[in-house]
Amino acid sequence: MSPLRRFLCTPEAIAGAIILAALFAMALTAPLFFPGDPQAIAGPALLPPFQDWSLPLGTDRLGRDVLAALLHGARTSLAVGLAAAAAALAVGAVVGTLAGFAGGLVDEVLMRITDAFQTVPSFLLALAFVSVVGPSLGVVVAAIALGAWTGPARVARAEVLSIRERDFVAGARVIGMHPLEIAFREVLPNALPPVLALSSVIVAAAILTEAALSFLGLGDPNRVTWGGMIAEGRAVLRTAPFLSIIPGVALVLTVLGIYLAGEGVVETAAVRRSLS
Amino acid sequence: MTRALLLLRRRLVGSVFVLLIVVIGTFLLLEAAPGDAVDAYIASTGGDAGMIELLRHRWGLDQSALTRLATYLWALLHLDLGQSVTFSRPIRDVILERLPNTLLLMGSATALSFGLGSALGIYAGARPGGFRDRLLSIGSLALYAVPGFWLGLVLIIVFAVDLRWFPIGGIESIASGKTGLDRAADIARHLVLPVSALGFIYLALYLRMMRAGMAEVWRQDFVLAARAKGLSRRRIVLAHVARNALLPLVTMLGLQSAQMLGGSVVIESVFSVPGLGRLAQEAVAARDTPLLLGIILVSAVLVIVINLLVDIAYAFLDPRVGASEAGA
Repeated sequence: MSPLRRFLCTPEAIAGAIILAALFAMALTAPLFFPGDPQAIAGPALLPPFQDWSLPLGTDRLGRDVLAALLHGARTSLAVGLAAAAAALAVGAVVGTLAGFAGGLVDEVLMRITDAFQTVPSFLLALAFVSVVGPSLGVVVAAIALGAWTGPARVARAEVLSIRERDFVAGARVIGMHPLEIAFREVLPNALPPVLALSSVIVAAAILTEAALSFLGLGDPNRVTWGGMIAEGRAVLRTAPFLSIIPGVALVLTVLGIYLAGEGVVETAAVRRSLS
Repeated sequence: MTRALLLLRRRLVGSVFVLLIVVIGTFLLLEAAPGDAVDAYIASTGGDAGMIELLRHRWGLDQSALTRLATYLWALLHLDLGQSVTFSRPIRDVILERLPNTLLLMGSATALSFGLGSALGIYAGARPGGFRDRLLSIGSLALYAVPGFWLGLVLIIVFAVDLRWFPIGGIESIASGKTGLDRAADIARHLVLPVSALGFIYLALYLRMMRAGMAEVWRQDFVLAARAKGLSRRRIVLAHVARNALLPLVTMLGLQSAQMLGGSVVIESVFSVPGLGRLAQEAVAARDTPLLLGIILVSAVLVIVINLLVDIAYAFLDPRVGASEAGA
């Protein structure tokens, strides 16, 4: 059975794949369906959903189209989530490999720094970083990655510790490869699978952190974000709760889809490893 | 006892280094922030160039970065976090005033997520792969996908706006003049919704961990032995499987404390609970960077202390921990 087939065998993985496909479709087609500025006024203020078919999900306090904002928000969420997770995984893999391969003082210092980052609540760190540097998409990505690289670093280090004792590493030493070359060209690629297994959890956490940051008003002010939409809707929570509920449901579905698909991939990989 | 003490000593030495790194990190962030305490002060009070020069000199801000780091460290050693410009009071006093509310919120939420999560985990793990297990696994995954602040808003819509069972926010009724038990009941009523919002998210984590741990223990030989002895299923599940799967959850309790503290920032601002998290948001809004960094330092200390306590508890619960060090 091909890996894809096996992946599609569990109902959870199928559900996850469908949600993710829908999400990517939303994010990619947003500029096609709603080419204008999603923050522009489109109709009367506070129109409830399913009333006017040109504005299917209604409008917010200022009369902006909720559906357009939802689709454009999907772009921000996905972009920030994927970029922050990629940065966190890359930094974590490099730090973990250096610490594990070098050992000694380098290992000690790098792991104490990792400890320090794990001691500070990552959300507070992100909050402080964004408020000091100023909110923009890149800064938000960096702020989230700052609190997320420690997990991958620990996993990478543990993996490198076992790999560096293998024969092929000794072989690379014998032929005179530079230690850094061995660490990054021979050891790191072999240590990657368990690190990458963390990616779904990290992407999901990054999306949730981005939402919380923009909920507190620390997102990029020039972009529509789901967290920002929820914060907007909070002002009219009593009269128009749908404004907070709709983007929240989108967030929950997105994160759930990532978890489900991630579990499916990890299970498929585990089956393949036990078969071979 | 010596085991626990030895463990404690080793961990304390490590913690000092970690804390030093956190302090240097916060100092660097403070340096990176545009403007300094004098700018913030002058912006709120006004003053001329001479006044700025004078204040810079008096507050030691005209020194080199290294000297200022030394001064900063020296002040921290005396538990002096500096002066908050927004509150015009020592940062330490402002933080100490807010800390009890956050501890109360975090403690209750931890009790809720740990208690209910492990209980449901036992329920799910009693028959791994069964219907209840599958249902709870999916349910907990869905719960784990919910952003805490949004869950808080939904709880407000349902239980505070529609049903009017609980207050919308705050920590106690303003100027109610309640004392003693009445006041405690009032605070408890205010805390129900924020504690649920914070606790239910992490409940999923403990549930899943308990369940996974139990699935692992079921495969062990001693479970087979217990079965062979003819023990009731109930007894095997509770006394043999669940008990052995519970220990890793205690470690998680310490590891999660930093996340819980981060989560309380958003929950506190949703429910306007005057705690550390809400203070952090106020500091951000007022651009009071020294206050924000003071909060980060205090949270780091809090996380270290919680982890130390968890380690000590662990040493008491599991006789194997630290045994090698005590023997050496």
